[in-house]
Amino acid sequence: MDFVTIAMLLAIVFGLYMAWGIGANDVANAMATSVGSRSVTVGQAIVIAAIFEFLGAFLAGGEVTSTIRSGIIDAEVLSNQPNLLILGMLASLLAAAVWLTVASQFGWPVSTTHSIVGAIVGFAVVGVGVDSVHWDQLGTIVSSWVISPVLAGIVSYVLFVSVQRLIFEHADAEARARKYVPFYIFLTAAVIGLVTFLKGLKHVGLDLSTTHAVLYTIAFATIVMIVGRFAVARVPRDRRPEDAGFGFARVERVFGVLMIVTACAMAFAHGSNDVANAIGPVAAVVSVVSTGEVMSKAPVPSWVLLLGAVGIVVGLATFGRRVMATVGTQITELTASRGFAATLAAAATVVIASATGLPISTTHTLVGAVLGVGLARGIGALNLGVIRTIFMSWVITLPAGAALAVVFYFILLNTLGTIA
Amino acid sequence: MPPGSYFQTIFGRSPFKPLQRHMETCHRCATLVAPLLDQAASGDWDAVAETQRQIHILAAEADDIKREIRTHLPSGFFLPVSRPDLLELLVRQDDLAKKAKDIAGLMLGRHIQFPEPLVAGVREMADACIHACGQALAVVNELDELLETGFGGAEADRVRDMIQSLDATEHLADQLEVRTRAALFQIEASLPPVNVIFLYRLIDWIEQLADIAQHIGHRLEVLLAK
Repeated sequence: MDFVTIAMLLAIVFGLYMAWGIGANDVANAMATSVGSRSVTVGQAIVIAAIFEFLGAFLAGGEVTSTIRSGIIDAEVLSNQPNLLILGMLASLLAAAVWLTVASQFGWPVSTTHSIVGAIVGFAVVGVGVDSVHWDQLGTIVSSWVISPVLAGIVSYVLFVSVQRLIFEHADAEARARKYVPFYIFLTAAVIGLVTFLKGLKHVGLDLSTTHAVLYTIAFATIVMIVGRFAVARVPRDRRPEDAGFGFARVERVFGVLMIVTACAMAFAHGSNDVANAIGPVAAVVSVVSTGEVMSKAPVPSWVLLLGAVGIVVGLATFGRRVMATVGTQITELTASRGFAATLAAAATVVIASATGLPISTTHTLVGAVLGVGLARGIGALNLGVIRTIFMSWVITLPAGAALAVVFYFILLNTLGTIA
Repeated sequence: MPPGSYFQTIFGRSPFKPLQRHMETCHRCATLVAPLLDQAASGDWDAVAETQRQIHILAAEADDIKREIRTHLPSGFFLPVSRPDLLELLVRQDDLAKKAKDIAGLMLGRHIQFPEPLVAGVREMADACIHACGQALAVVNELDELLETGFGGAEADRVRDMIQSLDATEHLADQLEVRTRAALFQIEASLPPVNVIFLYRLIDWIEQLADIAQHIGHRLEVLLAK
């Protein structure tokens, strides 16, 4: 076999491995608030995640994939050595995947996004040179890691305060919940729909104007809202024995419908942002191999997105269930009204980042969103120690990913590189 | 890949449910003061000893819950209400159990019986005090609803109303105490002086149950104000 064939095969294998890892581990965090609020069972969460991670990855994963593929490394530096880019991307992918496996084995806080970005930068600096990194682009990416949890926190704060003002502060909270929940469903569907119609769909051959995108979004969100309204109407109004001692159990059951919709949105958002971590490097290898050039402005091929989407779903089906059960059932203090505010805020932030092409951490964003609800006096007790954990994951994961990428790069250079 | 997530660690254990459990236990201590008075009045000291033992067990239980709440409330936790206010509420609730324990101990230790003309009045006063404790329990039981509504709106107004009627009950208990003390004053010359001192003290302690209940209500009001 020649170099190109081996490189392609390795890229597909490593990419699938990474996508599988994301599905096995990371999806559980994205679904944690939904399972934790008891609005969806672990089994339902698996089904929702499988469908919407796939759709998110396939329909809206292109922008971030482009960033990972060609936004971090200044490809012009490598234009006369395309094989180096191939080796580097393979090394980065393997480094991130191995680091994820090792770190989650020990329960260390990791982010797939930070792993892959750290790995690519590591390879670029050591393998090519300090100038080969788009430092300004990288600066934007890194600052988005700080901005995204803060933004999600602000959005969830505002969302939750609106829920309090519109519903919980009134004596007829249940009737008001039945009235307003469909509008929140509309909002959720509109955010997801707008991003997809504006930024996705191009590679499926549907390029919409902004006006059309907005119109389609309104139509889509309205349909979802109508379905949601039926679902809300079906929520039983009777008192149950287990509600004794808590006057808002029926209100929360209405929010349970909303939580299902936001769970779908979250899975979609996660798929749209995190699939790139697995297939961005694959896309880079594919574009070099197929064009023979390093720089390629062509969109990410559909089959590569499909590869990542399938990988995530397989990871979910094999190991994700167990992880999801662990993460979800350990959360006991979250009700649907709070879970929804946090999840929608995080999903909106992540999906907007996906549309902008910014690779961010879904988990960190969700943590920020949960803290936002806490600031609005919505949650019994929050452990602020988790913020330290997030900083730790930045400090550890970036260098670890970088160091491993350098090691794998030199190994690949001295094996595969010799037949190039 | 095994479970390697840290996301769930963001959720600390909410102190509100245990706080309600603590109040339930303390409230049960206070309610036992009524049978205690009846048993003493009928001179059944075995029954008094048994009730005193029950109060002790319940108070020890409350102590355990209190410790559990404190150890699960590290200062790194972010709570919807101020941590000192919450711990202050906990101390007030605990006072209820302690006071009931003191009352039982004194009655059993000195075999205190109220003189016949006082029995009905003391019992009426004790009922008012225990009623106040029940109202305080009801207020504390609204904590999870308050958390759900973000400590505002119609629910907060409802709790404020409950605290107001608790205040009214405390006021009634106060008046009954004045009346009981006056009745005791009328006959104190005919009683052994040492006994009289402890009768006054017991009346005072029983009325303090209502005071503590009122304090609990006021702590809740402070939580609402923020």
